Amino acid sequence: MTSRANRASKPLMIASTGFVLIWVFIAAFPFVWTLWGSFKVQGDFFSKADWRYALNGTRTAIETGGLFTGAGYEGAWVQQEFWRAALNTAIVVLFTVLISLTLGTLGGYALARSGHNYAFWLLMIALVFRAMPHITLVSGYLLPFFEWNLWGHLPTTIIVLVAINQPFTLWMLHSFFLNIPKDLDESAKVDGCTQFQAFRHVIIPVMWPGVITTGLFSFLLAYNDFAVTSMLLSKDNQTMVPAIAGFLGSTFEEGNVMFAVAAVVSATAPLFVLVMFFQRQIVSGLTAGAVKG
Amino acid sequence: MAHRTFFWFILPSLAAMLLFIALPLVSVAVQSLHIEHEQVLKVTKNCGPFGCKEETTVNAEATQMLRDQKPLGRFNGLNTYFDRGHLATAEVAQAWQERSSLGGFLADLYNLPLYKAIGFTLVYTFVVTPLVILLGLVIALGVNRVTPILKGPTIFVSLLPMIVTPLIGSLILFWMIDAQGIIGKSLQYLFDDPELSLKASPALTWMTLIVYGIWHSAPFAFVVFYAGLQTVNSDSLEAAQIDGANRWQQLRYVVIPHLMPLVIFISLIQLMDNFRVFEPIVGFSAQANATSLSFIIFNDLRGDVMRFNSAAATSVLTILGVTILLLPVLIRTWRDFKGKAI
Repeated sequence: MTSRANRASKPLMIASTGFVLIWVFIAAFPFVWTLWGSFKVQGDFFSKADWRYALNGTRTAIETGGLFTGAGYEGAWVQQEFWRAALNTAIVVLFTVLISLTLGTLGGYALARSGHNYAFWLLMIALVFRAMPHITLVSGYLLPFFEWNLWGHLPTTIIVLVAINQPFTLWMLHSFFLNIPKDLDESAKVDGCTQFQAFRHVIIPVMWPGVITTGLFSFLLAYNDFAVTSMLLSKDNQTMVPAIAGFLGSTFEEGNVMFAVAAVVSATAPLFVLVMFFQRQIVSGLTAGAVKG
Repeated sequence: MAHRTFFWFILPSLAAMLLFIALPLVSVAVQSLHIEHEQVLKVTKNCGPFGCKEETTVNAEATQMLRDQKPLGRFNGLNTYFDRGHLATAEVAQAWQERSSLGGFLADLYNLPLYKAIGFTLVYTFVVTPLVILLGLVIALGVNRVTPILKGPTIFVSLLPMIVTPLIGSLILFWMIDAQGIIGKSLQYLFDDPELSLKASPALTWMTLIVYGIWHSAPFAFVVFYAGLQTVNSDSLEAAQIDGANRWQQLRYVVIPHLMPLVIFISLIQLMDNFRVFEPIVGFSAQANATSLSFIIFNDLRGDVMRFNSAAATSVLTILGVTILLLPVLIRTWRDFKGKAI
């Protein structure tokens, strides 16, 4: 798209650049503002008197003597033991991603290589499952889990998240495996490999880009989940997102809102790092499904 | 691939889906047909100096035992579906008979919890989805014109609203629109109304949630459209230019038809995701003015008394809703598949 005729007229260029600038501002400003505000006291973050307090840190200076304060972070991480929630999140996310990918690669590979009708129907069923609101499934789990004493533990939540994740993982990996030429594993089979050996020695070495991309989305699903984790985990085993919701429910006294603000910033930071390093994979993953239709 | 090999490859994944997606659906259906046991009553004779009186008390111990033994409760048929908390057939019929106008009838309907939730869920789904597609397209067209060096950072920033945890994203905006937060204060200043609060009226709450929904989902549409724009055939664009098409006509007759399959893809995903709108309502504490189907299920399950049957009945109705929503897509896919087979 570099041809001369395609170059935009000046007003159009200005309008389009202006629009992008406005969008970038809308997309980024809430995060910047909250990050900035998390180092202030509540009186500045929610400034009754004058909004400029948030910029100057007037109340922060009066109350703590400095322009920035880590009180919110200290309150959240030390006093409210947010580190426990962070640790639980790490465990849940790690195992959800690992198990999802293991099951998903096997299943996705089979779906991509089977030409039978039932493979199509399985994909359709997976699509319907993908559309189920998670909370409807949770209302199915609760009673049995209470009865069988499965409620509240991390492994239960991990398995549930893996299952909820499967339809999406299958679709995504299925379309990635379709992109790997069939000839590769066919020729291995001609050389005497079984299907599994062909998968093990030929497909696994070349599948990593697709698996990493799918893994990113499994990560996001597990990390961002609120419906499942808030209902299925006991208070001790809570992950970060329900823990933050908990901060809000129990604490509306002075200063404690700042714990939630600090916790929110802490929970957002890993996502920023993720996007920074894997932007290309995320973009390609979002479009992979689309291009396949 | 042989049937047997296929089976072993797909087994773990299929088992996970059957156990934790298909079975829970069955469990939801079964639970919706049951209701908690009634309290066991005990009649005792209380004899005093002025004669004997019969007293009815709740036998807490026996009730608890019964409930522990049969946690599912007693069979209730479809009654839960038709009670006031769900389809409320009796109330709807009454409202219809006593209606003064269609608006009055709808207002009565809106006072029933399930219809209130359906109302918001549908409005949210069908307002957010088209606006997301539109905004995503405009952003993609804009970013496509940005100097190559700045494209990476622009895309990075654009991805943030989508990648952030929905509950956290809504909390961040919630704090900003607070009457003492920066957006809330600015709006008060703009409209010259120091009492203005976005949380106060239903209309403003709905608008806030919809704006959040667009902010959250527009990046998805943007990324998909942006990738689609990279594959527009430059020959057809040039041909259109030679034929004298202006910029708008090129967009309308070359670019948009090229992106049409992507529009369908995005609408499908967005309809599914917006229909389950839930976290923003928690994040914005909007339940007084706006509830969604997912939210009322959540609400039934989190109180001190968990109303499993009520949550289950709403879940079944929600699943029916999702199926109706997906039906056109499924039928189309099925036709395509049939077409291919012939």
